[in-house]
Amino acid sequence: MNKKMKLFDWALYSLVAVAALLWLVPLAWALATSIRPEMSPVGNGSLWWGGSATFGNFVRAWSAAPFATYYQNTLIIVISILLMQMVTITLGGFVFARMNFRGKDLLFILFLLQLMVPAEALVVPNFATMRALHLVNTRTAIMLPYVASAFGTFLMRQTFKQVPKELEEAAVLDGCGPLQTLWHVFIPVARPTLAAFALTSISYHWNNFFWPLIITNTPDVRPLTVGLALFTKANETGTDWSLITSGTVMVVAPLLIAFFLFQRQFISSFMRSGVK
Amino acid sequence: MAQLPTAPARTPKRKGAPRFSWGPYLLLLPSVGLLTLFTLWPMVSSLWSALFLSDLAHPEPEFAGLANFATLFADDHFRQALTNTVLFAIGTIPLTVALALLLATQLNRKLRSVSLLRAAFFYPTMLPLVSAATIWNFMYNPLYGPINLAVKAFGGEAQNFLGSSKLALLAIMFVSVWKDAGYFMLFYLAGMQNLPTDVYEAAELEGAGRWHQFRTITFPLLMPTTLFVATISFINAFKTVDQIFVMTGGGPDNSTSLLLYYIFEQTFAFFNKGIGAAASVVLILILLMAALFNHFVVDKKVHYE
Repeated sequence: MNKKMKLFDWALYSLVAVAALLWLVPLAWALATSIRPEMSPVGNGSLWWGGSATFGNFVRAWSAAPFATYYQNTLIIVISILLMQMVTITLGGFVFARMNFRGKDLLFILFLLQLMVPAEALVVPNFATMRALHLVNTRTAIMLPYVASAFGTFLMRQTFKQVPKELEEAAVLDGCGPLQTLWHVFIPVARPTLAAFALTSISYHWNNFFWPLIITNTPDVRPLTVGLALFTKANETGTDWSLITSGTVMVVAPLLIAFFLFQRQFISSFMRSGVK
Repeated sequence: MAQLPTAPARTPKRKGAPRFSWGPYLLLLPSVGLLTLFTLWPMVSSLWSALFLSDLAHPEPEFAGLANFATLFADDHFRQALTNTVLFAIGTIPLTVALALLLATQLNRKLRSVSLLRAAFFYPTMLPLVSAATIWNFMYNPLYGPINLAVKAFGGEAQNFLGSSKLALLAIMFVSVWKDAGYFMLFYLAGMQNLPTDVYEAAELEGAGRWHQFRTITFPLLMPTTLFVATISFINAFKTVDQIFVMTGGGPDNSTSLLLYYIFEQTFAFFNKGIGAAASVVLILILLMAALFNHFVVDKKVHYE
């Protein structure tokens, strides 16, 4: 390569680095506002406040809304969905990878349908279904539409397809039934895939908002995202930004900290989930 | 193995013919049951409910044929929501995809700073949209938002981004670009792992420049990835609602009302369930048609390895 090209290359790279800094501004701004003392809020016009930090805003936010309940609900929802998904996608992936049966293609289309039309587009009819099932305003209703995951099933199918036939036959010769074969041969191979799926599932459901907003109407079953949005709406009129940003930071902190600590795992999981 | 000889004696009729087995159906039952109830059935049932007038004036649903669809397409608010959604898609998809590709080409190097930069672009993926929207509300604030502070520092005039019917949709579109570019970048980075190095070496020997290499090798070979992220981006555009709820509530003057927000408002705020169902049908049809187009037209034209 000639020198001119290399210079251009470095200029472009530097531009990307500057863009990266801009990308970080919203997070930095939110963090800075959340630890600014209440007495010198952003509103006084000065950018720098002297650097003294306080956790007072967090204390105020924590007691201004039932965040502990919201946290608990989010944890219950995220973990329950994940555990149930693990079962459904393992069974589904196994069947689609290794079994032949009548109607396989038709059922495959049913799975594809979920990829084409995401649950968000179906909130109105799903709300009606939940009302018919008497499940409105329950955590179960928040979880149910997501327990079957076409995305996860296809991911597992892809993984299981790579398991050598000989391994499976050896297990059958040893007297394993289909479920035992699945447990002893297939699942150990699929561990990295399951871990990758777990990270994407956790981040999706930790962040899910629209469906939980619609299907709940009391704080005792609401997850963090819905709690935060209502908390923000309630405090926006007073524009107490220190309170709002500290509430926001409390919601995003667990996943963000996990992400920055285990960056490589997160990134490779998300990358794996995209390779078809 | 030892039991095998006795087996045919017990079931002589089944000898030779493949035995029908409930196994696969039983194992698929949980998924299939849930998908039928929460994916297939809602599509059918919204089509059905769309045929009935059901609002505050009609507490008991009344069959009306396609009347709801006629009302829908005569409704300025609905047409605006549809236009806004299309504008949103046109504005965000190419920009996000192009930016993701640019970032991936620049961050596909073996430099120490690379992982730091990747993280800077990827972290918005880890934020809930509502939290991101809350932060951006603050960023766009006309009085003490950093964007306006910067504008004022350079001698410009502060803008009420979210309060202006000209700027609000653009401001929300930018949040989507910010949120998704790093996510799509990862798919491109994954795709680049599989690019054949020998082709590049050959191109290098022939004296092909960087841009030429990108245009003739990288871009065509990454076409499947481009289509994949464009599809996700399309679906994201049509299911955008969280930001609208937090940032503008569809205003000002419905300038940021998108399809799903319209559905939400009609159904849960105005109790026009028939209209909400009809609008849901439109949304479902758009998503299905896009998927079919993708499958039958685009997929056929793209070279997969």
